[in-house]
Amino acid sequence: MIPGSFSYYRPASVADAVKLLSDLGEDARPLAGGHSLVPMMKLRLATPAHLIDLHGIAALKGIRHDGNNLVIGAMTTQHELLASDEVAKAMPILHEAALLIADPQVRYRGTIGGNVANGDPGNDMPALMMTLGATYRLEGAGGARDVAAADFYQGAYFTALEPGEILTSVSVPVPPAGHGYAYEKLKRKVGDYATAAAAVVLTVSGGKVATCSIGLTNVHETPLLAVDAAKAVIGTSLDAATLKKAATAAEAIMAPAADARGPIEYRKHVGGIMVTRALQRAASRAK
Amino acid sequence: MAKTHVTMKVNGAEVEGLVEPRTLLVHFIRENLGMTGTHIGCETTHCGACTVDIDGMSVKSCTMFAVQAQGSDITTIEGMANADGTLSALQEGFRMMHGLQCGFCTPGMIMRAHRLLKENASPSEQEIRMGISGNICRCTGYQNIVKAIQYASAKINGVEFREAAE
Ligand SMILES: Cc1cc2nc3c(=O)[nH]c(=O)nc-3n(C[C@H](O)[C@H](O)[C@H](O)COP(=O)(O)OP(=O)(O)OC[C@H]3O[C@@H](n4cnc5c(N)ncnc54)[C@H](O)[C@@H]3O)c2cc1C
Ligand code: FES
Ligand code: FES
Repeated sequence: MIPGSFSYYRPASVADAVKLLSDLGEDARPLAGGHSLVPMMKLRLATPAHLIDLHGIAALKGIRHDGNNLVIGAMTTQHELLASDEVAKAMPILHEAALLIADPQVRYRGTIGGNVANGDPGNDMPALMMTLGATYRLEGAGGARDVAAADFYQGAYFTALEPGEILTSVSVPVPPAGHGYAYEKLKRKVGDYATAAAAVVLTVSGGKVATCSIGLTNVHETPLLAVDAAKAVIGTSLDAATLKKAATAAEAIMAPAADARGPIEYRKHVGGIMVTRALQRAASRAK
Repeated sequence: MAKTHVTMKVNGAEVEGLVEPRTLLVHFIRENLGMTGTHIGCETTHCGACTVDIDGMSVKSCTMFAVQAQGSDITTIEGMANADGTLSALQEGFRMMHGLQCGFCTPGMIMRAHRLLKENASPSEQEIRMGISGNICRCTGYQNIVKAIQYASAKINGVEFREAAE
């Protein structure tokens, strides 16, 4: 399994990378950790003529605070997210989810930018980013623009990225102190993509859910926000009837593909269970 | 496709070669450098047999291009023995604890365990199991691989290795 031929570039700045991408046209692709792209190239499902390696661009690295947001450079790896005290403290759900991605070797190489830009419904970060209300910074020849994660995903492998644009960073609002969180992921084995997964971030006040956001992974051709399910739990103490209502509302928007991870009905069913478990665990953590 | 000149350090020695951009690092190591300890098991980034250590990271070398390794510092299984030629703690552990049967997965297991112990010299059994979760072994059932890594951890920390009661 050897990829088709391509020419390789290693620009040192975002401006150079953007220029290369627009000069070389549609057959040019950015290369981040390569752990989605290289396997696809080996299977010849992707045959880019030019690869623009982003590893030489120092500006795409690092995690910093900007007001109430954590701004994470696109080339920050899952391994670096796991090593970050900043992330563990401010956004423990990001730590929890990163630990469920693939295996250690893949996490050393796979980047947050590659994970969210890839557009694969199986990737874990996109639904999480929608749940957290994150924004992506995209930079192209015409300048920079910010796109909400919730508006970024348009279809399987189809995103708001325009030709010639690079995703440079992800900006995530820090959830309020005392929030509850959980990322529940059902997979066949360690290192596997989700059969179905659910992210929940909520706050509780006076024993009742005050705010809630629910994201779903790999139960549709794009990541989903389960808006009705989240609405159903607000103002409740998450009693059994409410949990059931939330799971049913979430299942109603799921449209998974049948694949080796199971038939459609099964994946929807376990998707609902992931929502229930994530809600319960998030509530148990809320202060 | 025009070939590119690459240089890198492998097991402490400067090496160079001419590669196509599409040449995978694992092929460069095996074919250009003739170091065949790094194995190819699956080619799909799942088995970990091709794991090498690059600039302080465990990397599946079947999923990285040799051109991406330009200028980096790589250790392969050929570089794992002690300077005087004796077996390193990990190699000794795999031997003493019967951490292998056919041996195909062993180079990748040892390279992964090497980085794991560098980051955490005293991992728990659970941490070892999660630490090698990107490496597949079709023979051993993992039990003795875990013991081998525990043996090496004890040796590195200068404590006596005791097998946990089953
Ligand atoms: C065995 C295995 C198991 C895995 N399991 C999981 C899992 O459980 N969950 C999960 O979420 N992922 C999983 N992955 C995928 C892994 O996390 C990938 O590393 C990740 O999805 C892609 O990130 P990357 O940095 O490797 O991107 P690449 O593979 O380099 O790129 C992916 C795509 O995004 C584009 N791209 C990359 N960076 C940018 C950028 N900054 N701007 C614009 N476009 C960009 C590329 O052109 C390409 O089209 C797995 C991978 C493997 C090999
Ligand atoms: S050959 Fe590289 S992971 Fe299997
Ligand atoms: S010893 Fe045979 S695959 Fe591990």
